[in-house]
Amino acid sequence: MLWEVFVRSRRGLSHTHVGSLHADDAHLALRNARDVYTRRQEGTSIWVVPAAQIVASSPDEKDAFFDPAGDKPYRHPTFYDVPEGLTHL
Amino acid sequence: MTPVQAYTLRLGDDCLVLGQRLSEWAARAPTLEEDVALLNIALDLLGTARSLLGAVGDEDALAFLRAEPDWTNALLVELDNGDFGRTMARQLLVSAYQVPLWAALASSTDPVLAGVAGKAVKEATYHLDHASAWVVRLGDGTAESHARVQAGLDGVWPYAAELFETDPLVESLVQQGITAAPAVLLPVWQQTVERVLAEATLTVPESSWRPTGGRSGRHTEAFGYLLAEMQHLHRAHPGASW
Repeated sequence: MLWEVFVRSRRGLSHTHVGSLHADDAHLALRNARDVYTRRQEGTSIWVVPAAQIVASSPDEKDAFFDPAGDKPYRHPTFYDVPEGLTHL
Repeated sequence: MTPVQAYTLRLGDDCLVLGQRLSEWAARAPTLEEDVALLNIALDLLGTARSLLGAVGDEDALAFLRAEPDWTNALLVELDNGDFGRTMARQLLVSAYQVPLWAALASSTDPVLAGVAGKAVKEATYHLDHASAWVVRLGDGTAESHARVQAGLDGVWPYAAELFETDPLVESLVQQGITAAPAVLLPVWQQTVERVLAEATLTVPESSWRPTGGRSGRHTEAFGYLLAEMQHLHRAHPGASW
């Protein structure tokens, strides 16, 4: 059974997809993820999700899904004044 | 060698020999994920062994130039891997012993043992978790996996008694607060192992045969082959590195 692995590198950050692995159940999937993906202190938290449970967008739908956002610059928050010295926005 | 050093060497030998055994699974484990997991455990044990051997003398000389009768590891850790079920059964028995041992040593009056144990207890806790998970899955799995892990357990079981032997060296260190009495560790080990085996639907083996001798350098036939593989490179090319 295939699992997708998400690791949070430190507190305050989101879990990020790092890869996938095989395991027979959730218990072992979590442990395999620990052994395969956090050997070099990459994480403080792990999620594993059965790959079959992920609902993914289709490459065929790419145009309808994503292209319409391409010509709408007013959706980007570029018209706000950002206080000087603000680093983590 | 002081009594503390002799005792430190015993613990270091246990870790080094088991780490060497586990590393034989490299590229041969049932799955890629398990391959990495087994080698992680092997590397944990190697790291602990290096700290312990380094506290006794030159770690390379102790690891690569010592003859068989000078090794003081328990026989259990040198037994051949057998199949995956036997390897996991052996790991369960060793880790269930090392967790309470390191936990006790973390408050040892010997600073080296206390320092090493503080780190090793976390690693051993994970090793125990990993071995337990597999023993339960194999035992409570198919008829084939059940039979094979039971056979593996039966094969390694008699050797576990040696872990809890006491002798004048251990007794003197217990009195000085340097280590815990084997009689204190044994019930913790029994409770852990029996809980896992019950969940795994495995039978606790009964054996009156208690092979011993590892602490005084009398080893099994399998150990000579392990040493040959581990030591031949260093003996052929002294000080080789890459």
